[in-house]
Amino acid sequence: MRRVNPAAEAHPALVFWIAAGWVGYLLLPWYGIEDGFFRFEWLIDGYPFDEEYAPAVFLIAQGEKLWLAPLLLPLAAPLFVVRSRKTDPEFATVLTIAGALGFAWLIAQGFGIGIRGFNFSWLTALFGDLGDRQFGMGYGALILASSFLFLFTQGIAARGAINGDVFVVSAIGGVIVIVATFVFFPIGRTFLAAFITDTGGYSLAVFASKFFDDRLWGLGCLWGARCGAAWNSLFLAIIVGATTTSLGLSFALVVSRSGFRFKRGLRMLTVLPIITPPFVIGLALILLFGLSGTVTVLFAEVFGTQPTRWLYGLPGVLIAQTLAYTPIAFLVLIGVVEGVSPSMEEAAQTLRANTWQTFRTVSLPLMRPGLANAFLLGFIESMADFGNPLVLGGNFDVLSTEIFFAIVGAQYDQGRAAVLAMVLLFFTLSAFYVQRMWLGRKGYTTVTGKGDAGVHPLMPRRLAVPVMVVAGIWGAFTVTVYGMIVYGSFVELWGVRNTLTLKHYITAFSIRFNEHGLHWSGSAWDSFWTTIQIAAVAAPLTAAVGLITAYLLTRQTFAGKNAFEFGTMLSFAIPGTVIGVSYILAFNVPPIEITGTGIILVVSFIFRNMPVGVRAGIASMSQLDKSLDESSLTLGANSWQTFRRVILPLLRPAILAALVFSFVRAMTAISAVIFLVSAEYDMATSYIIGRVENNDYGLAIAYSTTLIFVMLAAVALLNRLVGRIQIGRRAHFATGA
Amino acid sequence: MNLTRFKIGASLLAVAVSSGTAQADKLTYYCSAQEDWCQLMARSFEEATGINVNMTRKSSGETFAQIRAEASNPKGDVWWGGTGDPHLQAAEEGLTEEYMSPMRGELHDWAISQAESAGNRTIGIYSGALGYGYNTDLVAANNLPEPGCWNDLLKPEYKGHVQMANPNSSGTAYTTLASMVQIFGEDGGFDFMKGLHANINQYTKSGSAPIKAAGRGENTIGIVFMHDAVKQAVSGFPIKVVAPCEGTGYEIGSMSIIAGARNMEEAKRFYDWALTAEAQNLALQVNAFQVPSNKNAETSPSAPDMSMIKLIDYDFAKYGSSDERKRLLQKWDEEVSTLPQ
Repeated sequence: MRRVNPAAEAHPALVFWIAAGWVGYLLLPWYGIEDGFFRFEWLIDGYPFDEEYAPAVFLIAQGEKLWLAPLLLPLAAPLFVVRSRKTDPEFATVLTIAGALGFAWLIAQGFGIGIRGFNFSWLTALFGDLGDRQFGMGYGALILASSFLFLFTQGIAARGAINGDVFVVSAIGGVIVIVATFVFFPIGRTFLAAFITDTGGYSLAVFASKFFDDRLWGLGCLWGARCGAAWNSLFLAIIVGATTTSLGLSFALVVSRSGFRFKRGLRMLTVLPIITPPFVIGLALILLFGLSGTVTVLFAEVFGTQPTRWLYGLPGVLIAQTLAYTPIAFLVLIGVVEGVSPSMEEAAQTLRANTWQTFRTVSLPLMRPGLANAFLLGFIESMADFGNPLVLGGNFDVLSTEIFFAIVGAQYDQGRAAVLAMVLLFFTLSAFYVQRMWLGRKGYTTVTGKGDAGVHPLMPRRLAVPVMVVAGIWGAFTVTVYGMIVYGSFVELWGVRNTLTLKHYITAFSIRFNEHGLHWSGSAWDSFWTTIQIAAVAAPLTAAVGLITAYLLTRQTFAGKNAFEFGTMLSFAIPGTVIGVSYILAFNVPPIEITGTGIILVVSFIFRNMPVGVRAGIASMSQLDKSLDESSLTLGANSWQTFRRVILPLLRPAILAALVFSFVRAMTAISAVIFLVSAEYDMATSYIIGRVENNDYGLAIAYSTTLIFVMLAAVALLNRLVGRIQIGRRAHFATGA
Repeated sequence: MNLTRFKIGASLLAVAVSSGTAQADKLTYYCSAQEDWCQLMARSFEEATGINVNMTRKSSGETFAQIRAEASNPKGDVWWGGTGDPHLQAAEEGLTEEYMSPMRGELHDWAISQAESAGNRTIGIYSGALGYGYNTDLVAANNLPEPGCWNDLLKPEYKGHVQMANPNSSGTAYTTLASMVQIFGEDGGFDFMKGLHANINQYTKSGSAPIKAAGRGENTIGIVFMHDAVKQAVSGFPIKVVAPCEGTGYEIGSMSIIAGARNMEEAKRFYDWALTAEAQNLALQVNAFQVPSNKNAETSPSAPDMSMIKLIDYDFAKYGSSDERKRLLQKWDEEVSTLPQ
């Protein structure tokens, strides 16, 4: 047995964070390096004395930036308690106070002093003109801030919070701080714009005048005119949520509980739309069903009717969104449908329930968390979607496009954008609470530590037939749309000159060999590599943050948990456009100055897509019995080990979903990206949009097709790497294996 | 400390450092014209001067939103291209820098007057007249007469065949609204917009969308800048371009230096270079059919012949100001957009 000697133990985590803090303060450049986060030219360029690269302590020694000096105090204090016992009240008090004070001072000086001296006039009034300035924080400040944060959480843990569990308290603290920094701070800043008057003051009347607007709340569609954007969005989102959830469930059932032979093919099909860059589905739908679309023209010839523009408006957006978001519902539901323990169903059948009764009274209710989460995601995605309404919306105005054009259109009205964003947020949050109420406090746990070697029963026949039919029709439709897309990338000018050509691929992706070796001469390579790189960095980070958050939400109880959950969902519910502009407003100036870098793209992807990881994680984790954790804890593992060795392996489907989704999203997202790309970091989607605007449909579609195949390969690779879940069932019906 | 590991690390760092080159002159260039034109301008300027160019292409509205958001810590140096209104607006808000280029002598009068109306914070680089284009196939298929004037568009047979952008979201459509007010007078202009409203099948969000839809056969007539319509025709779509008989308004594509630019010298060099005839001739290589502002620059043979178009005396100072814009847009919202169709 392991022997523990508490008196001599110098808590390794504590030592680590104290050391990190000192390194940040003494050795690393305090301010951000203008050349980029991952450039190390500063090492030979005047470090450590040059003001731009100097660590904090060198700055102070040279008599500059003296406001950094007080940080020494909270940095030194924890050294006195390194060797004391955790139970010593002094230990907790010193760490808590030092961490909190250090962190608070760091924030205060960051916001108080900017590139033009004091940021607030009252500070100037109090202390006089500063005569100095500072730029964005760099490595040193970042590491010191983390150090203070984790000293603080260790102090809190030592006081006995969450049973003194350092891992859990630190994880909560970490998530709260990053969510506050990258979600609440920028969005709060933007929302303030709703109250700003023309003269720069604040007023509620401004908000009211923008809020009570007929373009927003008009109910004209009830008598033939047009409805406001708010009602349109709400109506659309409810239909899309319901449609995608039922289609997703159909697919999940076909894949997991039928003798259907082409399951793998169906799986691929359902994944296709999610990996499609924006605008492509819209363009394909127009070419099929638009005024001059193939299907429309054919239909008109056969039945002698006049072609119409029926696609533009609610029908078109609905079809496109259903195509695009059914896979998300599928990804959420497949984990849940496979996770429902067969023992329950077998028990029901032993008690003489027929297959239909079993499905209706046992299987379906156990899938409720999955259904609710799938609906919520569909609803939110539809609300925030921007590409499809832009292409197919016609006169059907929705909030997301209205927000975009309030910012970039001829109005330049950020206040209106903020008001619209608030309305949108209100809808999504309401949906979120309705979902929570519907799920209620019931338990949906079926995967326990006990032996569970059953086989899922097949679907009852009266369900199987309609489900298969729906899945079949939808599959055929998807194949047609994608066939059109691939075809479109090989023709001269889609819909006009239909001669086959490879020229679009050559323009985009040609490679030349010359005396310097390989030369990526195609016009798309730059944005292509950037996109891959950013997506590859963002995906694992997103999955990690998402799953840790999900773990905290399902497995731990702590004060303010609801607010915590709300915060993590917030960035998903807000349209990308608002996030994009918020990020520029918030992160273009110190203390965090990251616009124009790749970091801001990665960060925006993490916080945009994290909620999917959270949702998938919650859905899967609520099926895992707590006794698994408890037995692990009883056997002496701490909560980190439990998370790592017990929960994580059982969460493979959720991890996979989170990884796939965030990778793919990073490659296909557009609305936030438009604002955040820069010359050095241009993304594939913004390149594609530029091409579409310029009429180069062939090139745009060729690029999109390439991206689709790249993402397919990536998804397959991730599938391989993460592996599939094995819950000790007979292999008969378990897919894959 | 593990010495070997330290050595490896050190040598890696040395390699990383030595591969970084000495700091060259650079320019951050925001471009609001079409992608290939932006690329060509950036590469050609690099070749001409040896200055490294970082180019970002966004529409003029997006760029304006970004410059405004970055105001307290500007990242861009020069903003080239895009319709004049956001440039004027930026000048009005002091987001751009005053500059008198030595190239001014070579420019057309309209380019200079654009600069003067903005306190020399912007300058005209090209211009394009407003008009419309129609899909010849669809006009024939539906047995419609061929339109030639603004007033033709009000005919009842065009019901459901006309598209324009929403003036609230598009600078092009706002130019249309302002032009009608200047051609027909305020009351007449709004009567025209009301009549047009009855025939409109969709107000698009983006300014050039109506003619793109017409090119694909999704719409019959699109009210746009004529160079956008020409581009569709040259790309091979069945589009015919119309210069309306009553006369028409126009836009002046502009260029501004961003206030507080980090590379002010380079920005000014770019500014002067972009006004030269040879820089403006680059437009010919990328199918840009606007009229260049340098008198000596060539115009594409496919471009609409400005001498044949009846241009009105568009008052940029008045209709580019935010007060007048707000007033007209509000009036349009209340009196036109709410009418039944």
